[in-house]
Amino acid sequence: MAVASEAPFHVLAVDDSLIDRKLIERLLKTSSFQVTTVESGSKALEFLGLREDLERPSSATSCQHEIEVNLVITDYCMPEMSGYDLLKKIKESSAFKDIPVVIMSSENVPARINRCLEEGAEEFLLKPVKLSDMNKLRPHILKGKSKEDQQRSNSNNTIDFSTINSGSRNNKRKANEEGLSPERTRPRFSNNSTNSLTVL
Amino acid sequence: MDVRQLQRQWIDLISALFREGFLDAQFTQLQQLQDESNPDFVVEVVTLFFEDSERLLNDLCNVLSQQVVDFNRVDAHVHQLKGSSASIGAQRVKNVCISFRNCCEERNLEGCFGCLQQVKQEYSLVKGKLEALFGLEQQIVAAGGSLPMM
Repeated sequence: MAVASEAPFHVLAVDDSLIDRKLIERLLKTSSFQVTTVESGSKALEFLGLREDLERPSSATSCQHEIEVNLVITDYCMPEMSGYDLLKKIKESSAFKDIPVVIMSSENVPARINRCLEEGAEEFLLKPVKLSDMNKLRPHILKGKSKEDQQRSNSNNTIDFSTINSGSRNNKRKANEEGLSPERTRPRFSNNSTNSLTVL
Repeated sequence: MDVRQLQRQWIDLISALFREGFLDAQFTQLQQLQDESNPDFVVEVVTLFFEDSERLLNDLCNVLSQQVVDFNRVDAHVHQLKGSSASIGAQRVKNVCISFRNCCEERNLEGCFGCLQQVKQEYSLVKGKLEALFGLEQQIVAAGGSLPMM
């Protein structure tokens, strides 16, 4: 899959407040991002092409047919699906777990921040979001990109194990720390206990 | 009135709004996001704030006039009002919302009524000032001038 390096990064922004959607849209556009805004977590999942009933373990098919999203930025406090729930759904998905997610919240609650970071959020921004916050987004996208490229080149000369490993997700933090994902490069024919990282 | 004079009035008004705490740095952020491709951005967002606030203040009056007050609903409305006032930099409205939420948490009905009156007052004050500011902007543009850089 060829990625046009000239194309601006595409950010999916999720907020139930219209004022905040307008604001984040302008902030991102001013910072040269391409932006799509949606008003709920379920709309965000729909846009990504991720719905529980439709989710396929094969990442290749869904990635190619949807518009590529390079980063998701979401409000924390939303009715029905919170930003935290959305984060979890994205990180649980084999196809989308590598998309960096940034959470915005008007409340500075350390437990909340930690919970989001533990679940794989890249960054926690306090609202109202400012222009200077936008500078923090690009490094997360670039970090994700290099990881993706690495995985892509790996899967070129090996079998794609993503179908086998689609159920395992709990080792992602470890994987992030190592900079590349062991679940893509090493086959693990496990198992029911997805809580443990099997080292082969 | 000539453009210079209008521009000076505009600067005086907006300086007073910051000095008296009606607006904070977030409003400056909005101004920075306005450019030739989005010449009406500030007015658009602030107009949304007016609509949002009026709906929420109405809802708050209704919820607080029930025989049994549902403090969670009050808090949810105040939370939204706090969010949108913070997003446009309406600092004094936002500050009353913070006290308002504390009263909700304490289930302090008297306090909530007091805060509702206060927040209505702060809202109509800042609305009047912002409308005056936008009125001046229209006059400046109509007279062929541009807004001074802050």
